[in-house]
Amino acid sequence: METLWVYLQMGGHGGFIWASYGAVLVILFGLWLISRRFAGAVQTELAVLDRDRPHRQARQNRET
Amino acid sequence: MIFHKYANPNRFLKLATTIQPWAAGATGLFFVTGLYFALLASPGDYQQGETVRIMYVHVPAAWMAMFCYTAMAMAAAVGLIWKHPVADLAARSTAPIGACFTFLALFTGSLWGKPMWGTWWVWDARLTSVLILFFLYLGYMALANAFDDPARGSKAAAILALVGAVNVPVIKFSVDWWNTLHQPASVVKIGGPAIHSSMLVPLILMALAFKAYYIWVLLIRIRGEINAGKIRALRLRQVHGGPPPIAARPSQGVN
Repeated sequence: METLWVYLQMGGHGGFIWASYGAVLVILFGLWLISRRFAGAVQTELAVLDRDRPHRQARQNRET
Repeated sequence: MIFHKYANPNRFLKLATTIQPWAAGATGLFFVTGLYFALLASPGDYQQGETVRIMYVHVPAAWMAMFCYTAMAMAAAVGLIWKHPVADLAARSTAPIGACFTFLALFTGSLWGKPMWGTWWVWDARLTSVLILFFLYLGYMALANAFDDPARGSKAAAILALVGAVNVPVIKFSVDWWNTLHQPASVVKIGGPAIHSSMLVPLILMALAFKAYYIWVLLIRIRGEINAGKIRALRLRQVHGGPPPIAARPSQGVN
């Protein structure tokens, strides 16, 4: 436990080091999440719009 | 030229579908190994002690900040000259990624500067030019989205990106041209890296992780932008009752 505490302190500069790595992980994960949500939302909206297109509906009506 | 082949968004999406899982896998692999070496396996510096570990995220972030801007300016130029639709979207999609890397370079640099220099910030040439790069990214994004017509927005933003490209060599050579508090280059320099392999390995691994991450997120964003363009075109078709006007087609850029 003491070894872990010494390691986390990083020679008295732990706050600077862990804040750097934390910022990298938070920002990169956040950007990935935002990008993925944007792409997902657009994909869903496109699928709905594409399904409701008149020629698509006409084709579906013919098939049924 | 090969990039003309991928002017067709659907063809580009096929390529992106193939590359995306590989980029995701490479990101995970390089991050895990890079973090292991950066935080556990590499030694502290004889002068800087453990704070040298900030270098493993600060330097790759700074490299990516410049790389993303160069890529964005090149894509913007291709979009501007050849009216390449996917290049326009690539430039738009690169901007937020580059802005994040630039912010991280500034933020981690500040966290490294405080214990080493005794200050969070100095107005030296390297730091100031990177701050200008950050503002260029913000300006690009604001300008690209400032117009109702996405094609006009892309064009105006592309000009800004090209003018701002002059800042990239200024950043690179600022430590040689001016007397700066920031140290000169120690990895990318004539005569090879002046850094021990035990520190070079985690640095390269983290740089590869950031590069793979860029490709992965870029492809996700371009896919979203292409589909957003298709939605815009479909909506216009619904309103006009016919094929959408040229400017509204997905190949002409989207918000």
